[in-house]
Order: sequence, then C-alpha cells, then structure tokens
Amino acid sequence: MSIDLHKDYFALFELPRSYRIDREALERRYLQLQQQVHPDRHAHLPDAERRRALQWATRVNEGFQTLRRSLARARYLLDLAGVDAALETNTAMSPEFLMEQMEWREAVSEAHQAGDVDELEHLHRRLRSAALTVEDELAVLFDDRPDLDAAAETVRRLMFLEKLDQEIDEALAALES
Amino acid sequence: MALLQLSEPGMSAEPHQHRLAVGIDLGTTNSLVATVRNGISVCLNDADGRAMLPSVVRYLADGGVVVGREAMQAQSIDPRNTITSVKRFMGRGLKDVTHIESTPYDFVDAPGMVRLRTVQGPKSPVEVSAEILKNLRQRAEASLGGELTGAVITVPAYFDDAQRQATKDAAGLAGLNVLRLLNEPTAAAIAYGLDNAAEGVYAVYDLGGGTFDISILRLTRGVFEVLATNGDAALGGDDFDHRLFCWSLDQARIQPPSAQDLRRLLARSREAKELLSHASEAPIVCKLGSGEEVNLTVGRDEFASITDNLVRKTLAPVRKALRDAGLRAEDIKGVVMVGGATRMPHVQKAVADFFGQEPLTNLDPDKVVALGAAKQANALAGNRSADEDWLLLDVIPLSLGLETMGGLAEKVIPRNSTIPVARAQEFTTYKDGQTAMAFHVVQGERELVSDCRSLARFELRGIPPMVAGAARIRVTFQVDADGLLSVAAREMSSGVEASVTVKPSYGLTDDEIAEMLKSGFDHAGDDMGARALREQQVDGERLAEATRHALAADGELLEPAAREKIEGLLGELDAAVAGSDVGKIKQALTALNRGTEDFAAARMDKSIRSALAGQKIDQLEV
Repeated sequence: MSIDLHKDYFALFELPRSYRIDREALERRYLQLQQQVHPDRHAHLPDAERRRALQWATRVNEGFQTLRRSLARARYLLDLAGVDAALETNTAMSPEFLMEQMEWREAVSEAHQAGDVDELEHLHRRLRSAALTVEDELAVLFDDRPDLDAAAETVRRLMFLEKLDQEIDEALAALES
Repeated sequence: MALLQLSEPGMSAEPHQHRLAVGIDLGTTNSLVATVRNGISVCLNDADGRAMLPSVVRYLADGGVVVGREAMQAQSIDPRNTITSVKRFMGRGLKDVTHIESTPYDFVDAPGMVRLRTVQGPKSPVEVSAEILKNLRQRAEASLGGELTGAVITVPAYFDDAQRQATKDAAGLAGLNVLRLLNEPTAAAIAYGLDNAAEGVYAVYDLGGGTFDISILRLTRGVFEVLATNGDAALGGDDFDHRLFCWSLDQARIQPPSAQDLRRLLARSREAKELLSHASEAPIVCKLGSGEEVNLTVGRDEFASITDNLVRKTLAPVRKALRDAGLRAEDIKGVVMVGGATRMPHVQKAVADFFGQEPLTNLDPDKVVALGAAKQANALAGNRSADEDWLLLDVIPLSLGLETMGGLAEKVIPRNSTIPVARAQEFTTYKDGQTAMAFHVVQGERELVSDCRSLARFELRGIPPMVAGAARIRVTFQVDADGLLSVAAREMSSGVEASVTVKPSYGLTDDEIAEMLKSGFDHAGDDMGARALREQQVDGERLAEATRHALAADGELLEPAAREKIEGLLGELDAAVAGSDVGKIKQALTALNRGTEDFAAARMDKSIRSALAGQKIDQLEV
C-alpha cells in the first residue's frame, strides 16, 4: 500500500498528458487537493492517519512542482514515455549552441565582477525570452508533431539555460549581501 | 492520541468538545499569549490587564525567579542576573552572538549553546525562555480555566533548525505540548488575511526586537501559500538601540561604561528611539556611576541617518525573497508590517519607497503574530468550525543538503520548497570493497560545509563489497509539515538501510532536558506523577472511544481475524486505563496504536477518496 511516486501526476491533477498546460486549472486543483490531504487538516488524528496524510500531501506537492515548471514537466513527459534523455551524461551539443553558452557565461561573469546589477537584470530578461523560444519548440515537439528524440535534445538545451539562470540569480544575490 | 471519527477532513469529530489551545509569540523583547474565543482571536492579559509580557527573566539569590515587568525594572540594579533578549542566544554558540561586548552577561561557552552565569548557576537560553513560556502558560490556564491541550509557538521564519529545536525544548521544559512551530510572518498573514478576507500576493515585513523576516504569500480562497521567505536572524530593533547607544558614547566622549551604566544608557537609548516615532527629537539623559552625566538630544533625522544602513540591510533579503518567488515589487498587492520596530517612521518610509505603496498598519504590529498563532492552534487542536475553512502551505527557509567530497555541500531540498516534501538522491561508493558510508546532513545556502550549519551525522553499514561506483545508495530526505527532517539511506541491491531523525547538534541532549525538567519540577513542587497519570488516562479513554467509533463506522474494511485482534487490544487498554499504572497504560496505548495502523491507513484513503468524490477515483490509486 505504499504510494507510487511514479504514478501519473497528470491524472492526479486531472489534466491531459501534454506539454502545454492549463496553469489555472493546475493551480486550482492543487489547492483543492491540499485542502483535502494536508496533514494540518488531520492534525488532531492519531499517528497512522497523520502519516498517511503526510504521504499524500508530499506527493501532491511533488506533482505540482513537477507539472508547473516547464523543464520539470518536459523531463517528466520523457520519463513517462520511457525515453532516457541521458541528461546528465549526454552533453554533446551543437558547436553554435555551445559558443552561445560561452558568450552568455562571459557576459554574466563580467557583469558580476563589475557589480553591474542593471546589466545582470537585463541578462536575466534576455535569458527568459530565449528560454521562452525553447519552450515553444518543446510544445511543438511534444504536442503537435511528436518527436521525443528531438524533444530530449531540446530539454538538454533548456537545462543549460536553467543553469545559467541560476548563475545570474547567484550573482545578484552575492552582490546584494 | 486517538483514532478519532473521520468526518469532513479538517473538521472536529466532536464539535461540542472544545480543546484549550493557545498561540504564543515568544519575542525578543516582549511575549504574548492568545486564544480563539467564540471564533475570535484575542490576547490574554495579565492580572494588570496587560497583554505584553516583557521577555525578561531575573534569577534571585534565594532561588526565586521573576519574569516580566518586575524583572525589567531590576535590570540596571542587577544586570548580570537579569536576562533580556535571550532569544538572540537560542541555539547559538558564543561565536555566533553579535554585540557580545555590550551585553552585561557572564557567558560560558558550553558545547552547542552558550550558557549565562547567574546567581543560580549557569543557565541555558532554553531554560531562560522556558521561564517566560511557563509564565504565559500559567496566565492562559488561569484565564481559560483548565489545562492546555497544546500551543502553537511562533519563531522567526529565518530561524535555522538549531534555533527551532531550542524553542521546542524550551516549550517542553515549560510543560507545553507544541502543536506546531509557526513562522512569525506567516502567523501575521493568517491574522491579517482572515480578518480582511484578503486575496492576492502580500508581503509581510517583520522587524522584531532581534530578528528580521520577509515573507511573500499568495492568498487564494482561504489557502495561505508561502511563496518565499528570507531574512536575517540577527538583525532587529535591538540593533537600532545599540547604534544609538554607540552614538551617545561617541557624542558624550566617555569610556566604555560598567555593566550598570551600560544597561542604563542602553535603556535611555531605547526610550529615545521609541519617542522618536512620535516626536521630532528626544533626550538621552543618564547619570553614570562615575558621577559623569550624559545629556544629549537626538533628532529624528540624525537617528535616521545613523541607522540608515540597518534599514538598507533589511532590503537585501526582501529582494532575494521576491526573486525566489519570481515576482517584482509591483506585483505585491499589500505589505503587512509586523513587529514593534516597524513603528519607526524611516523604516515605514523605506518600505513604502521600495514597494511603491503605503504599508498596511491597521493591525497592532505587536499583537498580530500571537493572534494568528492562536488561529492556527485552534485549527490544529481540531476546534475549527465549518466557516473556518482555511489552510496554510508553508516552506522551509533554508536549503537542506549533504556533505560531498572536498567539504562541499550538495543541496538535496532547496530553500523555499513547500512542505511536506520528500526528495531522493543517489550516491555511490568511491573505493573497491567499501562496506560503509558516512553521511553529514547540513543546512544553509553556502557552498562550503564549514559555512553551513551541521544538523546530523549517520552511517550506512553492511554495504556488500563491490567495485567502486557499483553500489547504488539512495538517500531520501523527508520534511514533514512541522519542518522537521528525517533522512534515510538505502543500498538498492542488498536493501540495507540506515536512517536518522534530525536533532541538530546545537540542541540540548535528551538527558540535559530530563535533568532540567526534574530540577524545574522539584522547585515548582508540581505533582508530576499525578499529572502524568491523568494525561495517560485521558489519552487512553480517547483512543478507546475513537477506536470503537471507527469499528462501528468502517468495520467492513477489516477481515474478521484483524477485527478480533483489535478488539482484544481494546480490551487490554480498557483494563489498563481502569488501573493506575502509567507504564501499563502507555504500553496498551502503543499496542493499540500499532495494531490499528493498517486499519487507519485504509480509513484515511477511503476518506480522502470520498472527499475527492465526483472525480475519477480509480486514478487516485495509491
């Protein structure tokens, strides 16, 4: 009777299994589920019930976090389809993409060293729009003309961008403290 | 506890039975206790009609302890034995304490947490805090006319695990059952949100006596969802007093004074600070032990300028929290101000400028935290009524991780993750034939383990010998709704396991707590034995009654043999409750609790499924 964490989150959140997602429906369902399962609703009950509520609520949180973020959702879709994206080991990317990455990275590190918060925030916005383009590609590769191998490669590109995003955040945080 | 009747989730099974529960704001400068009466949250006053209890404890030579206003009045005549702002020392070693030179205490650097040497011997900050909590418990019990079922105690959102554990230990020492440690800004948001039926994204700016927190919350149809929290656990109103105190020393050109003078001048500085919230200038007049006299006047602008960097220091965490929430200042619908220090006009102005709107100050910033905590206590005790259909989704303030090679910290659960949360990560062996692996659990945002706080260490043994890198060791972190972490490690091929429930190394050991409890009760003369028996009997009766309820309602979920077993255990519990052997009752309670585990899980699933009915139940299989 243990909770299977690989059980389909789309079903739990009553959403079709696709990359494009109805964000509002996802959030509404999330709050509705937590209203039912959260341990605080069962805090006055004995240990066994509370433990069960804990498992449920943990799973609902995990599902929500997986579905609401583009990268996590894309990886989850690949996982459900049984495609091994080899995300950690396969880093073979096109030379143009890698070159672009290096340029980004240099720009971030220069702005960081110069203590230029405005430039970092500008880079943040540019990166966000670059990520949006990649996310649009993913929508096509998952939902319109399904091609999971191509999707897996696009997911790897998105991971690079996400990493960069974190680096900008860290640089900004470092400048503030 | 009892296997209560499962009705609507979150509703009390027995609505007529009101359990006495309180919310406690254990503050750096002042502490308060509040409860929900007829659906309304109210602060409970002392005999003089005052809600605020100064967080000051004085130890007397005759073994007595004085708490509150009376203790505060003694601080300049007996500074060493009169402890103020003890919250700053909770869960802290000597090296973590800021402005140590301007405190009059005689610190002892005990392992884990500092101690303060008093006329009654060295006291841990946990013991000092327990005196404050005990005073509030007695106030509440006198006012409510009975023993408390439990309490929600608030802590700064940015408190780490050691500080939280220390707070929990203090509550235990004070004889309080802790229903939940609740983050202060979240408590304020509950009080504000429920009173104003607010919807949208709010920021709570909480500048207390010794700590600063910022929380960003989304309020949607009765759900309080914390999106991000940040802060500085060592920045508060005290620092503004201290800045003004240093300015006075400088202006008056005097040498660093004695402990008594220091206390006097600090107190005058604080009064001047408070006066400046209403007046454009304030005097700082103080006669020193040496006969010298300090006679200064400070203007509001001067004060604002010498403390400007403190105000700016609060804005960095605000920016970080907004970034973590993925929001900008203009996305915030309202800013709730909490903590007495937010009364300073230049703090209000800085916040207004940052968010581009006037902050909300319609709730008393001193009381709002306790009022929110009372609402949460009421809900957790199972007293909520049908119209109180709200829920809180909180986050962990600091990342949790493991030490990896080279003394680096690898994050397993990032800060601002909604709890409860579980996360697993796989590791492998690095030597051929390695049969054991050590794990070091840490908390914090820094890259180096030495800059993070150490929470626990444990070892996984009995890994079958394999070549390096062949073993697959899965480490699972689970944080429950209390924010408490447990970590388990499992080698996947052999199934060997090890786990630890994290009790931070900065807390007190169970033995120390037991010792303090014993000496505390010896002194207070409480009849512990009788109280323990009564508590066990009540628990036993509750569980027995609830089990009968459950059998009547959902007996069909059980095989006849399983039912018979539960009925047998029930009979044993009844017999034990009728007697007066605490150990026997405890044993029977545990046995019945264990024996009904599967039954309880089945009932919980059934209840959740039927609550979600109308939706495709078969897809919710667990």
